[in-house]
Amino acid sequence: MSLSQLLQQILNGLSLGSIYALIALGYTMVYGILKLINFAHGEVFMVGAYAGYFAALGLGVDQAASGGGFPLHLAALALALAMGSAALLGMAIEYLAYRPVRNAPRLTPLITAIGVSLFLQNAALLAFSPNPRPYPPILRELRYEVGGVIVTNVKLAIFAVAIALMLLLRWFVQSTWTGKAMRAVATNVDAARLMGIDVNRIIRVTFAVGSALAAAGGILFGLDQIMINPSMGVLTGLKAFVAAVLGGIGNIQGAVVGGLLIGLAEQLTAGYISPDYRDAITFLILILILMLRPQGLFGLVRPEKV
Amino acid sequence: MLLASCAGLNGFACKKPGQAEQRASGSSAGSNAITIGHYASMTGATAHFGQDTDKAARLAIEQLNAQGGVLGKQLELVTLDTRGDSAEAANAVTRLIDVEKVHAIIGEVASSLSLAGGRIAQRRSIPMVSPSSTNPKVTEVGDYIFRVCYIDPFQGKVMATFARDNLKFGKVALLKDVKNDYSIGLADSFRSAFEAAGGQIVVEQSYSAGDTDFSAQLTAIKGSGAQAIYVPGYYSEVGAIARTAERLGLKVPLMGGDGWDAPDLFKIGGSALNGSYFSNHFATDTATPRAQRFVADFKAKFGQEPTGLAALGYDAVLVLADAMKRAGSTDPRALRDALAATKNFEAVTGSITIDKDRNPQKSSVVLEIEDGKAKFVALVAP
Repeated sequence: MSLSQLLQQILNGLSLGSIYALIALGYTMVYGILKLINFAHGEVFMVGAYAGYFAALGLGVDQAASGGGFPLHLAALALALAMGSAALLGMAIEYLAYRPVRNAPRLTPLITAIGVSLFLQNAALLAFSPNPRPYPPILRELRYEVGGVIVTNVKLAIFAVAIALMLLLRWFVQSTWTGKAMRAVATNVDAARLMGIDVNRIIRVTFAVGSALAAAGGILFGLDQIMINPSMGVLTGLKAFVAAVLGGIGNIQGAVVGGLLIGLAEQLTAGYISPDYRDAITFLILILILMLRPQGLFGLVRPEKV
Repeated sequence: MLLASCAGLNGFACKKPGQAEQRASGSSAGSNAITIGHYASMTGATAHFGQDTDKAARLAIEQLNAQGGVLGKQLELVTLDTRGDSAEAANAVTRLIDVEKVHAIIGEVASSLSLAGGRIAQRRSIPMVSPSSTNPKVTEVGDYIFRVCYIDPFQGKVMATFARDNLKFGKVALLKDVKNDYSIGLADSFRSAFEAAGGQIVVEQSYSAGDTDFSAQLTAIKGSGAQAIYVPGYYSEVGAIARTAERLGLKVPLMGGDGWDAPDLFKIGGSALNGSYFSNHFATDTATPRAQRFVADFKAKFGQEPTGLAALGYDAVLVLADAMKRAGSTDPRALRDALAATKNFEAVTGSITIDKDRNPQKSSVVLEIEDGKAKFVALVAP
C-alpha cells in the first residue's frame, strides 16, 4: 500500500464526504428548528439530482458535449435550476405534510416523514423509470496527476461548490436578519414568535435552504458517481443522517465534519479492509456514537442551533 | 385480462414498450392457445436483459404463429416484470403458473433470478427454459429446468484462455459482484483456469450490485501491477467501473462475460471501454445463415442489432416449440422429457444438444470493444 494510493483514497473519501456534508446540513437545520428528523430529505437529494439531469439536458448538454464542452455558465444555471426546484419541493413538503402535524406528538411527524419519503421514492420510480441513467457530462473531464495521485476537475468542482455553499450558508445564518431569526426560532420558538418573528416563514426558509443544498449534493453526486437512479436517496440519505448525528444533530459545523468523516471512513474501509463493509462501517459508527457520545462530536459545548 | 399480466403493486411494472399484447380474450388452459410465460427484468438496472430477450421471444412466436403455430394451436407469450429483483422473480413465476396458467416458462437472464424462479417452477412441475443464465446451479435446481446457453465454468475459462494465450497477460486483477451468483461463479472459474495456465491473480476486489462508488477498489487495483481487470458483472456497473478506472488513470483493458451485452454499456462507459474484451454467445458479424436471417428479421422489426441475449431469447422459444412438437402435447412431463431429448437442434446461437445436466455444449465468441461497437476477435470451442 503506497503513499500515493493512500492519498488517492483520502481524496476520494473527502469528495464523497463533501457530498454527505451538503446533505447532512439539511437534516441538521430542520432538526435544529423543528426537532424533526426529515426522512424525506434523501429523496429531495434524489429529486435534485434528477432536476439537474433534466436541466442540463434541456440546456443542450448533449450537443455541447460533442462540441467544445458544456459552457460553465450553463452548468451553473443547471445547478441553480436544480437547487431552485428542490427548494420548492422542500417548501411544498413542509406545507403539505409537516405543517398539519406540527403540534402533534413527536412520533406523528416522524412517521409522516417516512411516508413522504416512500411516496417520493415511488413517484420517482413512476416518473423517471427505475432504470439507472448515466449523468450528462456537465463538466468535461480533465485529469491532473500530482505525485501519483490523480485529481480530476470533477473532484475539484465538488470541493469548490461544497466549500462555497457552506461559506454562503455560514454567512447567511450568522449575518443576515433571516439567519438570526432562524437561530432565534431554534433557541426558543415561543420567545421568537413574541419578538415578532414569523415562525412559519422561517421554517419555510429552512426547508428551502436545506433542500437546495441537498440538490447541489445530488448534482455533485451524479457527476462523481456517474449514474443516478430513483433509489439513490435511500442509502445516501441515511449516511448523511448518520453524519449529522455524528457531528451532533442541530449543529452546522458538526454536520460538515461528520460528513467528511463518514466519507473518509467509508472509502478507507472499502480500500483497506473490504468493500463489503463500505456501508456497514457507517452504521457501526452510528451505533458507537449513540452508545458513547449520544450528543455527537460537537455536542459538549452548547451547540449553536439553527 | 390485460391487467392480469401486470406484476407487482406498482403501475410502472405494466409498461411494456413496443410490445403488442397478444393475449386472446378469455383464453385459459384448455382453449386453443398455448401460453408461454416469460419473466424478465423489463425495468431496473438490468432492463436491457429483459427487454432484448422479450423482443426476440415475441419475434420467434410471431414467426411460429405465421407458420401455423404449434400442435395446431397459436402460441401466446405473457411477460411479467421482475425489475431485476429475486423476490419479484419468484412472485412472477408463481403468478404465471397460478393466474396465467402457462404451459411452459422462459426466463430469467440473471442467474440469481433464474434460481429464485426456477425453484418455484420445479416445485410446481412446469418446464422452464432459461435463455441465458450461465451459473451451473440454475439447472441443478431440478429436472424441469433447462437452458440454451453454455455455463460459467466454460465462460470463465474462455476469457482466461484468451487472456493468457492471445493477449499474453500474466497478471490480472479480479473485481466481482458479491451479491451476484453469476459474477461469483465466473470469477471462480476464471481464477482457476487462469492460474492453471500459469497466470497470477494479483488482487481480488469486490462490489455489491447497486453500489455507485468503485474508486476505492480501483485505486487498490491500480497499485497491484495488473495488466487487465476481469469484471464479470452486469453492464450498468461495468460502464461506471470503466469510467471510474479512466478517471483514476488506470489504463488497462477490462474483461468480462455476457453480462456486458447491452447497448447501455456503451452509453454509460463510452470511450473508457475501448480495448476491453468480453465473452458472448453470439456475434452478429460472424453468424451462420440461420443467424443472419435472425439478425435481418430482428433489425427489420425493431430497427436495431440484436444482442447475444436476444439471440438466446429467440432460441429458447424455438427449442421449447420444437420440444412441444416432438412431445405431441403440452403435458408438463411429456414436455420435460422432450426438452431433455433435444439433439442437434439448429438454433441461431449454434447447434443445441441438451446433456444429462440439462445444459447444452456450445462454443463462445470473444468480442473487443471499439468506439461503442463490439467486434468479433476469437471463437473458443468447448
